[in-house]
Amino acid sequence: MRWNHVRAIAGADLRRLFKSKDYWIPLLIMASLFFVIIPLIMLAVISRLEHTPFVDQVTSMVGNLPAQVNEAARGDTPVARASYIAAVFLLAPIAIIVPVTISAAVGSNAIVGERERGTGEFLAHSPITMAELYLGKLIASLVPGYLALAVGFSAYALVVNLMVGPDLGGWFFPTAGWVVLILWVIPPFIAVALTVILRISARVRSAASAQQASSLVTLPVIVLSYAVSVGVVVSPGRSAFLIGAVSWVLALLLSVRGSKKLRRERLLGVASET
Amino acid sequence: MEPAIRFGSVSKSFGTVRAVEALDFEAPTGAVTVLLGPNGAGKTTTVRLATGALVADRGDIEVLGLRPQVDGDEVRRRVGIVPPKPAFYDQLTGWENLQFAASIYGVDEHAALDAAERFAIDHALLQEVGGYSTGMRTRLALARSVIHDPEVLLLDEPTAGLDPESSRNVLELIRDLAGRGRTIVLCTHLLHEAEGVADQIVLMSNGHARVSGSPEELTGRYLADPVVVFDAEDRSSLDTLVDRQGVLSVSPNGAVQATLADIDSLPDLVADLVRDGVRLTRVEPITPTLEELYFEMQRTHSEEPS
Repeated sequence: MRWNHVRAIAGADLRRLFKSKDYWIPLLIMASLFFVIIPLIMLAVISRLEHTPFVDQVTSMVGNLPAQVNEAARGDTPVARASYIAAVFLLAPIAIIVPVTISAAVGSNAIVGERERGTGEFLAHSPITMAELYLGKLIASLVPGYLALAVGFSAYALVVNLMVGPDLGGWFFPTAGWVVLILWVIPPFIAVALTVILRISARVRSAASAQQASSLVTLPVIVLSYAVSVGVVVSPGRSAFLIGAVSWVLALLLSVRGSKKLRRERLLGVASET
Repeated sequence: MEPAIRFGSVSKSFGTVRAVEALDFEAPTGAVTVLLGPNGAGKTTTVRLATGALVADRGDIEVLGLRPQVDGDEVRRRVGIVPPKPAFYDQLTGWENLQFAASIYGVDEHAALDAAERFAIDHALLQEVGGYSTGMRTRLALARSVIHDPEVLLLDEPTAGLDPESSRNVLELIRDLAGRGRTIVLCTHLLHEAEGVADQIVLMSNGHARVSGSPEELTGRYLADPVVVFDAEDRSSLDTLVDRQGVLSVSPNGAVQATLADIDSLPDLVADLVRDGVRLTRVEPITPTLEELYFEMQRTHSEEPS
């Protein structure tokens, strides 16, 4: 594996992405919506407007949450506890939906895009190996999603600390569960989704087909990730570490397999359908 | 000297379509070999097989003494290519695209700049490639193809879509590269493109190499009888030309075009005509064009049983 080749592939893709406003402006809007605007509105409603039907609903829902969640919740008043639970537990899925969606959008176009543009011809005739190309594409697809997560998560942390922190005696976010989720669990989850998406991108005939097929793949990944992320946030112990470890191993195995399946002919668009 | 490229009974199919069938040809080291044939003849597939981008179904391929299917990375490191429709990352500048290629081939940025200067595209390197004209893209593709100083250069329809002036410039660049000792394989269906640059011609059709040789060899083989144009103050005085010794046929078309049995008989023929009072104004041996050669080869091989 020649890392300068991997860097070149990932670097060229990332440079193109950041120059394509058509690509990143909608994603920026989506990330802002999920990480800032929706949490801001939700927490403002809960923490500032007591005894509204919405807050009553949330506080009643809090009462029905698992005991583990209720025990973990901080705050002296029902509204403070509801705000804490909303900030820490209910919004956890955001952390996975946004990066997976962003990475899927990039990854689905990664290989079929080279073929459609004709740039795959140069790569097919170049001394780059298919493993280097695959890894470069994986990194180039993973970075935008994870970058959005890092920036969005920082913004989210700021929002919840500013909105809910005063009722809880200071800054409380991120919790240990969120740190484990962001640093240990989500990256391999995105990578696992991407290994499948890159396989699709190598096989389909057009970028539009790749995007359609990828959205079908990301949906179950998001549902699974939702369950896992809530579990990790609620209980960031040994099991969370284990989930992360298994995900990393799975991502590694699928990446190796994916790189071996990628054929040079695919870049030219002439591979037989066998 | 070993040929730079050797194809031995190479076949490649896509589903039911046979792109290349039992293809045999050699590209001599340091020479310009032109793969000449109509669209669909298998030229692009041949190029793709040579770099190992495609894997042959059958047959043996050697490039620089290596087998692309086994030593593909080494072959691709020593071969440069200009594809038929050069594509780039349009959002990136010309310089960023060349930097990318330099990283892939493991050469420094000076090599990228040198290549850009050689193909006179250095002035536009800071523009995004999306704004380049077809000619600029071709120049950038040529620069990219030689960035790593390849021993073999494969040019697949390099003048497609270019205006005549840009085409001529590209052909001059090919001659320049050939002059530096590079082995060049030029795929084209344009006869004028091959004219004047080809050291060897491989005529391809339906995935086969129908015939190969130097233009002189092929002319000798397919257009062996020399043609001479005669004109005179009184054209009717040339009516007797067809009956003279050594003249095989004549075709009047303004001046008279005569096919001779042997070019060495021309001085005697001219002397006879002068002695008989014919006041000649023009005697011009005609060198057959590649176009005439091409169509004669096509005609000959279409008459052969397949």
